[in-house]
Amino acid sequence: MSTPSIKVGSSAPVHYLLRIADACLILSQRLGEWCGHGPILEEDLALANMALDLIGQARGLLTHAARLDGQGHDEDQLAFLRDERQYFNPVLMELPRGDFAFTVARNFAAASWLLLLWQRLQASSDAEVAAIAGKAVKEAAYHQQHAADWFLRLADGTDESRARLQAALGEQWPLFNELFASDAVDEAAAASSLGPRWSELRADWQAALDEVMAEAGLPAPKASAYVSAGRLGVHSEHMGHMLAEMQYLQRAYPGGVW
Amino acid sequence: MLPIANSCGRLEAAWEVLRQVPDPEVPVISLCELGIVRDLRLREDGACGLEVVLTPTYSGCPATELIADLVREALAAFGEIEITMQRAPAWTTDWITPAGRSKLKDYGIVPPGPVAGAQPVRLVHRHALTRLACPRCGSEQTEKLSAFGTTACKALYRCLACREPFEYFKPL
Repeated sequence: MSTPSIKVGSSAPVHYLLRIADACLILSQRLGEWCGHGPILEEDLALANMALDLIGQARGLLTHAARLDGQGHDEDQLAFLRDERQYFNPVLMELPRGDFAFTVARNFAAASWLLLLWQRLQASSDAEVAAIAGKAVKEAAYHQQHAADWFLRLADGTDESRARLQAALGEQWPLFNELFASDAVDEAAAASSLGPRWSELRADWQAALDEVMAEAGLPAPKASAYVSAGRLGVHSEHMGHMLAEMQYLQRAYPGGVW
Repeated sequence: MLPIANSCGRLEAAWEVLRQVPDPEVPVISLCELGIVRDLRLREDGACGLEVVLTPTYSGCPATELIADLVREALAAFGEIEITMQRAPAWTTDWITPAGRSKLKDYGIVPPGPVAGAQPVRLVHRHALTRLACPRCGSEQTEKLSAFGTTACKALYRCLACREPFEYFKPL
């Protein structure tokens, strides 16, 4: 007794957009999990508000990807009725929320990455993508700034907060590589000017991270050659559990709306 | 349907009604003063009714659907209302009208400054930010309490002189 799952086609532009849409959607779900659990009320509000921005960005891209996919699906069906292997977010986004330091480190990495992506996507040959990016770019800049504030605050805080931030970076470090991995989907997007190759974002992203790491006085963790493959639909063990919770309502009550 | 013969008159009457529709989250100003009503026109499909072009403030603003419903409801007498959401050009707080700004201030929300003059994004050494003046007592002895407020578009501050908290509409 379950709702049949849906699959998207193999079109490169659809996959390119879903990688970004799913990055926003999945990170949003993780940030939403903080609601009622934030370390202070102000951060509870901040995390929920950033989750909302990310959901809004995901909705725009999902709706557009569904249109390009041409199977008559809508944003909700794409968000809730795909199986794990049909989600294309980088693995970094799906990791459990961890402690607050883990969330801050990831938010900084993700917001810096999304900011660079949206900046480039403003010039997309696809007018709808450019319009979504025009709005999202301002939101991502604020998210990045907010994450940087907390990044420095935790680094300058107590031995405990500093150690936790350092540990979070160590854990996430190997997963940053995927944010800049290029492949055929990426090449096709660059060729049609839909969007940049992710590899083109690495230098600027690294500069932003280096700036806060230097200010925080934190050493860089050891580099890793590992490249995760969430963008190809190959996820960590955490993804299925997360989707079970995220999709429960639509699977149990197909087509349910507010 | 209101018995207004010519389309110009109908549009003007519709604008008149639309100008009274408050923003659901900051009801002290209207949707028009907030700058999210981009256009009001006769429907291109020839249907009897009007098309209202709205633009979202934030990508994930939860009031977007509610706003569309409020507009539909307010203009019901003008026939079938079609709502078009237009993302580009992206809404900016620069579109909040002078009247809207002054209402925000009277309500206790510091209106946003011009976006062009806003601080460039800096990740480190951000202590020397311009101080906001308290909308109640005017003191510049204020401090930020929270980067996000009751809605995505605002931040929370407090005045150290009169001790009152207040909100700031962030330049976007």
